[in-house]
Amino acid sequence: MNPMEKSLGSLLLLAFAATMGCNAQSSVTSSSASVGSSPASVAKASASKPDGGAKPTVHLLNVSYDPTRELYAEFNKEFAKHWQANHGQEIVIDQSHGGSGAQARSVIDGLKADVVTLAIAYDIDQIAELTKGMPTNWQERLPNNSSPYRSTVVFLVRTGNPKGIKDWNDLVKPGIEVITSNPKTSGAGRLAYMAGWGFALQANNNDEAKAKEYISALYKNVPVLDSGARGSTTTFVQRGIGDVLLAWENEALLAIKELGKEKVEMVVPSMSILAEPPVAVVDKYAEANGTTEVAKAYVEYLYTPAGQKIAAKHYYRPTKPEDVDPAVLKQFPELKLFTVKDVFSSWKDANDKHFKEGGVFDSIYAPQPK
Amino acid sequence: MAFPRTKNSVLPGFGLTMGYTVLYLSLIVLLPLGALVIKSATLGWAGFWAAAWNTRVVASYKLTFGTSLIAATINAVFGLMVAWTLVRYTLPGKKFIDALIDLPFALPTAVSGIALTAVYAKNGWIGQYLDAIGIKAAFSPLGIVIALTFIGLPFVVRTLQPAIEEIDRESEEAAASLGATRWQTFWRVIFPSVLPALLTGFALSFARALGEYGSVVFISGNMPMKTEIASLLIITKLEQYDYAGATAIATMMLAASFVILFAINAVQWWTARKYRGVA
Amino acid sequence: MVDGTEVSGGRMSVTVQSLPGAIPKGSLVETNLAGRLRLATDERSWVKALLITSTLVFLTLVLFVPLAAIFAEALRKGVAVYFASFTDAHALSAIRLTLLVAIICVPLNLVFGLAASWAIAKFQFPGKSMLITLIDLPFAVSPVISGLIFVLLFGLRGWLGPWLDSYHIQIIFAVPGVILATLFVTFPFVAREVIPLMQEQGSDEELAAVSLGASGWQTFWRVTLPNVKWALLYGVILCNARAMGEFGAVNVVSGHVRGKTNTLPLHVEILYNEYNFAAAFAVASLLALLALITLALKSAVEWRVRREFEQALEPPT
Repeated sequence: MNPMEKSLGSLLLLAFAATMGCNAQSSVTSSSASVGSSPASVAKASASKPDGGAKPTVHLLNVSYDPTRELYAEFNKEFAKHWQANHGQEIVIDQSHGGSGAQARSVIDGLKADVVTLAIAYDIDQIAELTKGMPTNWQERLPNNSSPYRSTVVFLVRTGNPKGIKDWNDLVKPGIEVITSNPKTSGAGRLAYMAGWGFALQANNNDEAKAKEYISALYKNVPVLDSGARGSTTTFVQRGIGDVLLAWENEALLAIKELGKEKVEMVVPSMSILAEPPVAVVDKYAEANGTTEVAKAYVEYLYTPAGQKIAAKHYYRPTKPEDVDPAVLKQFPELKLFTVKDVFSSWKDANDKHFKEGGVFDSIYAPQPK
Repeated sequence: MAFPRTKNSVLPGFGLTMGYTVLYLSLIVLLPLGALVIKSATLGWAGFWAAAWNTRVVASYKLTFGTSLIAATINAVFGLMVAWTLVRYTLPGKKFIDALIDLPFALPTAVSGIALTAVYAKNGWIGQYLDAIGIKAAFSPLGIVIALTFIGLPFVVRTLQPAIEEIDRESEEAAASLGATRWQTFWRVIFPSVLPALLTGFALSFARALGEYGSVVFISGNMPMKTEIASLLIITKLEQYDYAGATAIATMMLAASFVILFAINAVQWWTARKYRGVA
Repeated sequence: MVDGTEVSGGRMSVTVQSLPGAIPKGSLVETNLAGRLRLATDERSWVKALLITSTLVFLTLVLFVPLAAIFAEALRKGVAVYFASFTDAHALSAIRLTLLVAIICVPLNLVFGLAASWAIAKFQFPGKSMLITLIDLPFAVSPVISGLIFVLLFGLRGWLGPWLDSYHIQIIFAVPGVILATLFVTFPFVAREVIPLMQEQGSDEELAAVSLGASGWQTFWRVTLPNVKWALLYGVILCNARAMGEFGAVNVVSGHVRGKTNTLPLHVEILYNEYNFAAAFAVASLLALLALITLALKSAVEWRVRREFEQALEPPT
């Protein structure tokens, strides 16, 4: 046994000794990382790095939701150029994307975002309320309820619209499969639900019982509830499940471009909900990071012609259409849009009534005693 | 054989290793899990019960445990077959197949989920044939079972392989010389000696399946009451900023996993003693 | 080795006892129709064929096809796109972070695994099953929970978070959080592989070594470690694979800051969500390849050792 073990034994010994060494070293690394990473991995004005007299590089962290990846990839470059030109300071903008609610929770739990750009105002309300890091009237600080761009909910159907889906009524017909994401976990899913609810109220003279019936029938036609908007898009386009997808308008336009006109086309219903994705500076974190000035400039820059053009290019409806090339505006069809306030009075009310535990949405799936 | 038969105190290092084990376990596992339990306790009894035991949550428990059990059973049966084939038979590309067995383990669960969904959806490579004969694989409980089988396979095969390798051929020969048929030899000689390993593999596969999230959410369809697993409900609660409610479900899952793992460890210890300790 | 013979001897006696009523029917060697010899410890050829076929069908359905799908998707847009996916700056930083996490987590869990298995296998104490179960526990915990627990501890609204924050120490949404979550998730693997083997081997060899005057460390290095090396290596491979591939738990604590706290699995998800399917699967296949390489290394080492063993057995000329 000994001869056989000899070489391997020493090999293993070596490996073990090495890992022990690594171990000691790594614990140093990890502890230094835990101390050092607060400035390093989270956005911060690193004043400690003066590069030869010029202003120090400033770091900014923008925590955003899923569908804005492409938008902010371009906007960040543009803003960095603008800031460099006007302030002579280099800026590095870090991006984080994810589901809107999950991103808001990360910020609440300590992801030190200088700027948040989320899907719905409710999520930023939660940040304001739970971190006390910004005033509760944050939405009044910027024009248009702090939404530099807008969107809505539209339908995406298979090319040629084989099931002849034209409006919300068609979604509850028997045999129609509707793909949407879970309103509890997805901002897009929530807006789709609210758009359907708004339509049903309008169509039934504000009869809530009828609206409830409509929304139940709608979700009975849903075979798959993905937890996020892009999951739904993949289910619909790649897996070939369902006849119609309820999607953000910007997501629908992007999906057509990315995944092919020959596969899907957009259908615009008679009315829908006005989505106002809000942006805000998280005062507490920006102050701690020393980035208040640049963070403010960043969100304000979204309202400038340059910002509006980039938003429109990435399929968001600009709030100042006059700044944007009319040819680009053509991609946004006209339809009747109602606001969250019109129908639900506020995000909080909508949440409490519809999406909370035991709310209207849960009652759709509650086992029927009859 | 499970325990040394002579006095233990002769071997040194108990204090050191035990101390380190307990310390490290406490820091990495017990402290964080304790945080979870304590957080759920902030709900009070009634609140905890309401959050962790309503019809929808119970439906998700049933689904989670049911599919995990089925998947672990499938893995036990086929895993034994796979391990046996890989150890005892020669077939071309065996080494390669052997290496591939571990991959489900190494892949990020989200990737597994996406790949499985792509294959088993009704327009997928395999899904289209299943669809043709009326079987809906992806976006149904069957899809969950497929994902959990995929995830758990390495554990059964890898725990069985060494056990099968160690089976003493001489005892098989002895059985055969005493007139046992191959089938009898399998049941009376081979099976008992691999049983502890099979149980371990089954337990690991089952335990892994209970907690699986990433691959399942892609393939399950996530329909409330039908294909919604417990982990997804936890996420749903979190989205409502209901941390306490989320931890209540998590605590239930944790307790269940603990009880099952504990029971299986006990059974395993018992079988190990029964089959090995007779000498 | 001494121990091994004893075990099989024990098994044999059990075997013989348990088959008292078996009908003596044939000898150790049967002749089948073709006249070829078949050992009594082999299955009939149709049984063998059936087993191999079912094995292959099963593996094809649940393993090969999904894996092939990954590589097919990854290469759909050609080899150039495939390789370009790895050289992207975000991909590179994700690779770096993933490797860093593995380099830290694997040794820590390796040392723990050895300590735990020594304590558990060589000594008797009350509550042993409980301890083993606790070690197993992270394995059964949903990754969602594995991430959540660290948020509860280190989040700004958690217990330690506010205190740490006053010293500007950031755990979650930074690299330490990713490491902690990975440590938790990969916690049981080495221990789980080594404990059963050490238990099976018993303590006879160690006791002999100690009684011959070896110190505890010497006994461990020279007797125990060589005996468990394969289980240990396999545990390390598993631990490493999981450390690099963990998605769920890391997803909760990472904060998804591109180029900073994104690991490879998170990077895969990002690419997938950007409709960049080819790149997503390419990076996924990289993770699969990393696992294959470690396994190939394992086989190579095994092969070399076997050869040396055989050489050592040959009588010196």
